[in-house]
Amino acid sequence: MKKHELLMDSTALDRALTRITHQFLEKNPDLDNIGIVGMQTRGVFLARRITEKINAMEKTSFQTGVLDVTLYRDDYRTAFKQPKVQITDIPFNINKKELLLVDDVLYTGRTVRAALDALTDFGRPKSIQLAVLVDRGNREFPIRADFIGKKITTLKNQEVALHVNEIDKEDSLWLMQLEEEN
Amino acid sequence: MYKKANGQTIYPYGPESPKPAILIKNGRVLDPENAIDDVLFVAIKEGKIVSFSTEEPEEFTPDTVIDAAGKWVTPGLVDLHVHLREPGREDKETIISGTQAAAAGGFTAIACMPNTNPVLDEESKIRYVIQRSEYCSCHIYPVGSITKGLEGKVLSPFGEMVKAGAKAVSDDGRSVYNANTMRNALNYAKSFDIPVMCHCEDPDLANNGHMNESVVSTRLGVRGIPSISEEVFVARDIMLAEYTGARVHICHVSTAGAVQLIRWAKKRGAKVTCETCPHYFVFTDEDLETYDTHKKMNPPLRTPGDREAIIAGLADGTIDIIVSDHAPHCAEEKEVEFDEAAFGVIGLETMLGVSITHLVKKDHLSPLDLVKKMSVEPNKIFGLNGGSLSVDSTADVTIIDPDATWTVDPSLFYSKSRNSAFEGLSLQGYAATTILNGKVVFDRTGE
Amino acid sequence: MPLGIQHLLGLHGVSENDIQLILDTADNFYEVLQREIKLVPTLRGKTVVNLFYENSTRTRLSFELAEKRLSASPLNFSASTSSVKKGETLKDTIRNIEAMKIDMVVVRHSSPGVPYFLTQCTDAIIINAGDGFHEHPTQALLDMMTIRRHFKKLAGLKVAIIGDVLHSRVARSNAWGMKTMGMDVTLCAPPTLMPQHTDSLGVTVTDNIFEAIEGADVIMLLRLQLERQTSGLFPSVREYRELYGVDLEKLVNVPDHTLIMHPGPINRGIELASNVADSERSVILDQVTNGVAVRMAALYLLGGGESGDEEHV
Repeated sequence: MKKHELLMDSTALDRALTRITHQFLEKNPDLDNIGIVGMQTRGVFLARRITEKINAMEKTSFQTGVLDVTLYRDDYRTAFKQPKVQITDIPFNINKKELLLVDDVLYTGRTVRAALDALTDFGRPKSIQLAVLVDRGNREFPIRADFIGKKITTLKNQEVALHVNEIDKEDSLWLMQLEEEN
Repeated sequence: MYKKANGQTIYPYGPESPKPAILIKNGRVLDPENAIDDVLFVAIKEGKIVSFSTEEPEEFTPDTVIDAAGKWVTPGLVDLHVHLREPGREDKETIISGTQAAAAGGFTAIACMPNTNPVLDEESKIRYVIQRSEYCSCHIYPVGSITKGLEGKVLSPFGEMVKAGAKAVSDDGRSVYNANTMRNALNYAKSFDIPVMCHCEDPDLANNGHMNESVVSTRLGVRGIPSISEEVFVARDIMLAEYTGARVHICHVSTAGAVQLIRWAKKRGAKVTCETCPHYFVFTDEDLETYDTHKKMNPPLRTPGDREAIIAGLADGTIDIIVSDHAPHCAEEKEVEFDEAAFGVIGLETMLGVSITHLVKKDHLSPLDLVKKMSVEPNKIFGLNGGSLSVDSTADVTIIDPDATWTVDPSLFYSKSRNSAFEGLSLQGYAATTILNGKVVFDRTGE
Repeated sequence: MPLGIQHLLGLHGVSENDIQLILDTADNFYEVLQREIKLVPTLRGKTVVNLFYENSTRTRLSFELAEKRLSASPLNFSASTSSVKKGETLKDTIRNIEAMKIDMVVVRHSSPGVPYFLTQCTDAIIINAGDGFHEHPTQALLDMMTIRRHFKKLAGLKVAIIGDVLHSRVARSNAWGMKTMGMDVTLCAPPTLMPQHTDSLGVTVTDNIFEAIEGADVIMLLRLQLERQTSGLFPSVREYRELYGVDLEKLVNVPDHTLIMHPGPINRGIELASNVADSERSVILDQVTNGVAVRMAALYLLGGGESGDEEHV
């Protein structure tokens, strides 16, 4: 796998998140009834930034929920090795909330499907809205995002990789190309 | 004729079988009693050895010539510790299948233990075994029980049993618990000059264990049989031997302490002999990591230190003979939980190969020493005439290929049971031809 | 990193990485157990047989709960209601059960080595729920999980395991696992209840309880089977309590942070005084809670997938 094309640099990435934040608040003006949940692993970082932006703009103190969907995946019986179970921590009651679910990449839709199952096990939110930084197409489930940072067309042998400051020492979004098989 | 897929063949045998003139040539004759280790011609006629010589014998017209080039020609091998299971458990082994296994293992004589059902504890039962052995492919010397029903209380009629053909007495499978009963048995046995074969195990110390008590049993969580359970009774029985002057033969020695005790007793002049089995000089309790019930026997496999002491005891002559303790069990008794599994392994068809591979090829014993331990000494302990190739002696001869390599495959055994601890092992050496009373009863290639 | 073991037969020989992974996963399952809906769909469609040849209500319940919380289908087979009494061999039993298309077997048996034996007669994944005096790996894992949740570490902690070590699979599994995790383990028992050969265990052995508990971060008591007295292994319950029972008096010089653990069920007033069992130090009920999480982790990590590549989601 090698870097193929820079999709967003840190400025573009931040602007996209700002735009998503504004769009979300515009659509959900009642600040008493919103909640933000990021999906493990990289969605969590994006969700935290959106939460910080809201808190800064609105002088609020929202916390970010963290959701791991490993236990809800549909490939447990076929996966060769078990994916690591990560922390789930939603520090607020999701009942009757307008929930913003945040992930980095929307692709087949299977992870989001698992996330919806998981979230409904935690309670009954009023709505669940999906924000993704990139929608790369190739859906396998009838799922769409409400807020999209960037929409691109990709091939099956490509992947989209989000780098975040917290782990990779820089914010950037890359289109990756699988190495040619000889 | 009973031929196996790999060509090995058992030939029928009986008192009326023709006894052809056989000439064995080019073989390395190993006859410790006559101090012979040389390439010689051995001529056999009418069931007797008629000559052995460096030159081809004149005026001898053989019906059969056996070319034993590269092979050893030895007096017939003898296994003094075999469980034939008949009468009572013919599903595990019969006198016929057991003696076929013996012939295939190179043995021309075996001693069978009395723990059958019924127990061999009186004249008629000894006679039954002797009669059944008439058409078998090796001699059988029955061992009568020390006490009636192996109950450790009332002595069996040694005199009548000896008259019927018993050559020793034993309660093998358990000890004579009461020391005074043992003392009486030893005193009584003196009248008939028979050895008393002692299974040495203090049942209280053995404490219903299932393997040697050691770091391995601690790790595996299996109740242990401590080595002292064997040694305490070895000590008792050798002291009784010295005190009574009777002949004591200690069965299946497995511990370093027992070897040491017997060495001491022999030095003091007690009439003590003893035996060990191939599994004790090949395996240790560390081989039980996978709870392999085919390596469960009594006494149990001991520690690497015990194994070394057994080999040293064989090398310095403390341990007189090697026996198989052939103990057939059916699969249902072995394919179970480890502590439910029966004790015992079969060994008639592997003992020679295992002994050559692990004792001779590793220079613990010379070929002549091996013949002593598997033929000369067993004959002496039972007071038999075999054990040499002297002219006019009975033509019980084993021809051994000491270099043949083979892999133990229990499905090819003549024994009815498959509970071999040696399955899959690669061995060197086996019996190529077994001659009983001047007649070929077994041939490895079936030619 | 996947688990290096295919079955969970014991902790002897299990790597530090594997134990770490099971404990990490268990910590995350612990969170699931705090939810309102304590159920995840992960093992949906998997059948797990709880093959219990020995009575053990609490271990069986703990496994059954773990299975149900992962949405597996538990099938309970206990010796008292089974064909065992009709004399069927273990091998036949397991083959019959396997013919019903099952995925995993949790086995409890009085004979050591039975879990290994089962791996030889079936393709199902085997989890040892206690075999004779051999091992009880999930108990040791839940013990370590409890200690780790409390101290946030394992390496360097000192543990005293006190009681009938000779007949204890819990002591053995803990000794192996804790040693692997870098803990300092002392076993303490009257010499009659200590295996003759403990040199391979790599632990400190003593018959003096005060030596054992000095500086211990964790004191773990083992259940004393009262029938050991009739078989002559200790003279009286009173003397045992006097010498090896843990009460407030014996704990006078023990630091406040020291935990009291017990695999249960407790003989109150024998190996453990009630006021210690119910004290602040006691984490005995945490052990029970953590037991479900650890068993969920073991089932999850061992029970997945046939083969093939990880899918992109």
